[in-house]
Parts: sequence; structure tokens; C-alpha cells
Amino acid sequence: MSTQHGRFGEYGGQYIPETLMNEIHALEAAYERYKNDPDFVAELDALLADYAGRPSRLYYAEKLTKKLGGAKIYLKREDLNHTGSHKINNVLGQALLAKRMGKTRLIAETGAGQHGVATATAAALLGLECEIFMGKEDTERQALNVYRMELLGAKVNAVTTGTQTLKDAVNEAMREWVSRTADTHYCLGSVMGPHPFPTIVRDFQAVISKEAREQILTREGRLPSAVMACVGGGSNAIGMFYNFIGDEGVRLIGCEAAGRGVDTPLHAATIARGSTGVFHGMKSLFVQNEEGQIAPVYSISAGLDYPGIGPEHANLYATGRAEYVPVTDDEAVSAFEVLAREEGIICAIESAHAVAHLLKIAGEFGKEESIIVCLSGRGDKDVAAIARYRGITINE
Amino acid sequence: MSRIANAFTSGKAFIAFVTGGDPSLARSEEYILELIRGGADLIEIGIPFSDPIAEGPVIQEANLRALAAGTTTDGIFGLVASLRKKTDVPIVLLTYLNPVFKYGYERFFAACEAAGADGIIIPDLPFEESAEVRPTAAAHGVDLISLVAPTSKARIAEIAAQSTGFLYIVSSMGVTGVRSEITSDISGIVAAAKAATATPVAVGFGIHSAEQAKEIARAADGVIVGSAIVRIIAENGEDAAEKLYEFARGIKSGII
Repeated sequence: MSTQHGRFGEYGGQYIPETLMNEIHALEAAYERYKNDPDFVAELDALLADYAGRPSRLYYAEKLTKKLGGAKIYLKREDLNHTGSHKINNVLGQALLAKRMGKTRLIAETGAGQHGVATATAAALLGLECEIFMGKEDTERQALNVYRMELLGAKVNAVTTGTQTLKDAVNEAMREWVSRTADTHYCLGSVMGPHPFPTIVRDFQAVISKEAREQILTREGRLPSAVMACVGGGSNAIGMFYNFIGDEGVRLIGCEAAGRGVDTPLHAATIARGSTGVFHGMKSLFVQNEEGQIAPVYSISAGLDYPGIGPEHANLYATGRAEYVPVTDDEAVSAFEVLAREEGIICAIESAHAVAHLLKIAGEFGKEESIIVCLSGRGDKDVAAIARYRGITINE
Repeated sequence: MSRIANAFTSGKAFIAFVTGGDPSLARSEEYILELIRGGADLIEIGIPFSDPIAEGPVIQEANLRALAAGTTTDGIFGLVASLRKKTDVPIVLLTYLNPVFKYGYERFFAACEAAGADGIIIPDLPFEESAEVRPTAAAHGVDLISLVAPTSKARIAEIAAQSTGFLYIVSSMGVTGVRSEITSDISGIVAAAKAATATPVAVGFGIHSAEQAKEIARAADGVIVGSAIVRIIAENGEDAAEKLYEFARGIKSGII
């Protein structure tokens, strides 16, 4: 899908300060050099298998399937990866790349904390210094993950600028990187930012659909009718979509956070309510006002609480290849509970957005068809927040 | 000769930055005229943006104050047009690409021309992406000011060769803000730029004292002061005029 210089259709590009340009070119050159280097690939594959626990399972959710009465439901269990989400796939790749580039320090933004935990984990494993930027509001929503990162040896900076959420964490991580590139790699957590990040992160996450495609063909002997994933920046979604893009009969469905509803100001539904703009290094779709000021966004899910979307998703939407639907807090919380009760799986509130849409549409498919939903992460981190949402106070 | 070129004809240029609309558009006009009275040769006006990733805390907060005060892009054009009736000092706008993109490139640069803005600085528009803006800016007689950084190395010559108006040399790694010392090889970067272009070169990021300005002006054609001015406005609110005049006099006297 990638065209010239990191463009996906009109989206993508490298809209960053001059101070970073040589560094981003060096990253691009290093990635081109190592992505097919046998030693690099072997080292990454070994870590993905023995450390992260890949391949992740493709689980047939029989009970849920019967309840919904439509397509066979398969869950791609990224929640079972080490550190509890798909983020580790990208982080191990970038951390190894950073080491090859001679970097000794990783910095990263995090929303829910999953990417921060994954980055801190890789840094601990590979002997790199690590500093994480996290919106102050998110450090409160996800206090457990903050301590988890600190246990892993990372320094966590609570970002107090702007809306104090993921967008501002990215701002601060970029400001830090502009200040210090010589020893530092910015381990960006989603398929966003300036080229080559959307491509690098996509390639490292594409393992999700590479495995899932083989697994479903083995199980069902045919391709699924749809694959689904939640979308914030869009890394688990692009990972889930990528190897199915060429399979025309497979619907690609991204589920974005509608918060209290797309007709309220409290949402993070970039596709439903955004417009084209340039921010965080990329031309893409953003939630913004008519002056081009980036809007504050809202979702119960800290991981989806972002006003933009990766440029490849913007293009998949523009070309009609993928469809994107908004899912509210209420729907996501209900789906979180349904999956727990029906299948005994407590998934991340982010992933629950995809499950919620599945609950709506599964019945529209025939029993001989199948749908794969990417369970991008596990929900331990969200239990206290869900309890609060239901008006229950528990001691964490 | 263009107004920007004029700024560099009588000695070293003092380039002063204010965030437009901080604390209000009326005060911005007053403060800019005071800076000019104190010796500023060129004025940079920031169009506020919600997420200025190249700015340190001082200018970030000024952006948020200006937005909270209701400042719009059209408001800034109004400010420029009003200043144009009172001064011939060149005015360069500074903003991030998104407000320009959202306004529409053609409409934006036509508005620059109509108001009398001479140039624009866009910190998140590097050389490689500048082609989407440059021809439209040029068609309206607006100079797209290029930036080079301490990390630019071989890129300096390429960027300098395309520069118009003046070339903005970023003195240090990192974001804008007052620095006690500037450790980059400024004279080396200036020399590399001057080998590639006759465009005047000005240095910014971190400069806050007459002493620093004097040191920088030994190598460069101009010095750019932003955060130090914005801080005076932050600390004095509606009553910054006299302090800004004195500050501008101090900087200008350092570089004459």
C-alpha cells in the first residue's frame, strides 16, 4: 500500500522539525538495512517465540458463537502475549533495531500504559535505559501500570500539559526526542507519526494477521468474512488487517471510541468526526476545529483516547477498503462484561470496543462464515475502572 | 528590495517574537510597536496552535493563553493589517502546518499578501515536505523561511540554497526556551550556510541577554529572541509595554 516516501495515498509524510530530520533518515536507513537481515530476523523471531509467547492462539469462541447465532467467532489472543497486549510485537522489533543503531536509551509515549509497560520490558531485557511519557490523567486512571513500569526500571514522567492524555504524552515524547537523539530512540507505539514509523510499526504488527490467516485456513479451510479490531492510533488494527488487505472478500472493520456518543463533544471518533490535517508528523485524519486546533477527545479507554489515526488507516478508509464504526463507552463496557461471562475472558477495555461491534453484527452472518476479532490486550488493568463505571468502589 | 531584506541592511538584525493574541490582540499590537521602538528590525508573530511540539513551556503557555482569549487566524491577519498602517518593519508569521492547511494554502497566503505579512516560518514543515506550500507562498510574495539545526550537517547547503527571506538557524537541540549557554558550533553552521546562499542568516532558540546576542551576532546577520520576550509578557500581562521597550533596547544595543 505504501507509495513514495511514506505516503499512503495523500496521507503520511514527514512533518517534523528540521532537528529530527537526519535522525529520522538514519532510522529509515537502519530499518531498510535490518528488516530482511537474517541475523536480525532470527533474533527477533526467537524473542517473539520464546519471550513473548508467539504464535498467539486463534481461539474458537463456541459459546459466544451459539449465543449470537451467526458467524463462527474466533478471537486472536494477543492478550495472552507477554506483557498482556499486542504492543510487545512492535517494541521488541524497535528495541532490537535501536540496539543495532547503537542507541542506549528508549523513550515512549503511553496511553493506557500497555505500550509503556512493553517498552519498559524490552528495555529491561535488552539492557537499555527507559523513560516513559504518560498524561497525568492517565497515570491516575492506570496507576497500576505506572508502578509496573517503575518495577521494570523505567522512569515515568506524568505529562501535565494540554489535556494530560495520550496526545500530550506524544507531544512531550517528541519534545524529548528533539532534545536528545544521539543516544535515544523514540519507540513510537502506534502506526502513526512521521515516516518511517507507520511502516515500521505496521510491519512488526503484521505478524498478527500473518498467523491468523494461516490459523483460520487450517481451522476452517476458508477465509473469514470479516476481521475486526479496535482503533486508536491503529496498531493492532493494522496488524489484524494487513495480510487480509489483498483478500477482497474479507471485510476489514475498525472500531473507534465514541465515548459518550459521536453527537456529543465527548468522543475520540476520528473517522466519524475528524477531517484531514497535519499533526504529530503525519498528514492524516484528526478531530479538530475549523481553525485547525486539535480538539480534546474523550474515551473511557485511555488507549483509544487519541485525536488522530494512522495514515494507512486514513487511506484504507478513503479508498473504501476498510470500514470504521464508532462504539460508545456503554457498549464497550457491556461487551467487556459479556465476554467475561460467556467465555471467561477479561479483555482490555480497548479490545472490548471491537467485541461490542461484534455483538451487533455477528448475527447478520451465516453459520458457515467466520469472523476474527483481535483481542489486543487483557483487561486486568481495567477492572477497577469498570467497577467505578458500574458505581462500585473497590480497593485496588 | 523586500521589507525582509531591508531588515538586514543596517547592521545586525534584532528579530523579536511574540505570540499573537497573548494576552489579547490589542496588547499584541501595542507590544509589537514597543519592541520596534526599542530597536526590533523584524517581527515574528506566532499564530497560536493547540499543540506546538517545537516549543518549550513558556511559548506553549502563551499559545494556550492566546487561544483561551479567542485568537483566530483571521484575528492575526487583522493584527498584521493594523500594524502595516503604522510600520514598515517586516512581519513574519510563525505557526504549525495544520492551521495553515486547514485555512487552505491559497486562501492563507492570499490573506498574508493582503494583510502585509512578508514571510512565514513553519517549524513542522521540513525541506522535503515544503514543496506543497512553497509555490503558493511564492505566488503571493510570501517568503517561506527555512530552518537549519545543529543536526542538519550535509543538509545545510541543500536547505540554504533554497532559502528565501532569511535562513533561520536553530542554535541548539530541543525546543524553544531560554538557555544559559549555547554549545553548538554556531559559526561553523553559519559558515556552511553562507557558502551556499547569499540569504541573510539569523540565529534563534535560547537567546535571552544582550551579551548572548552580541556573541551570536559576531557570526550571524541577525539574532532571534522569543521565549525571553514572551516571558516578560507572561509576567506583566497587560502592563508589559515599558519592560518590552527596555528589553528590546538592551538586545539591540548589544548587537550594533
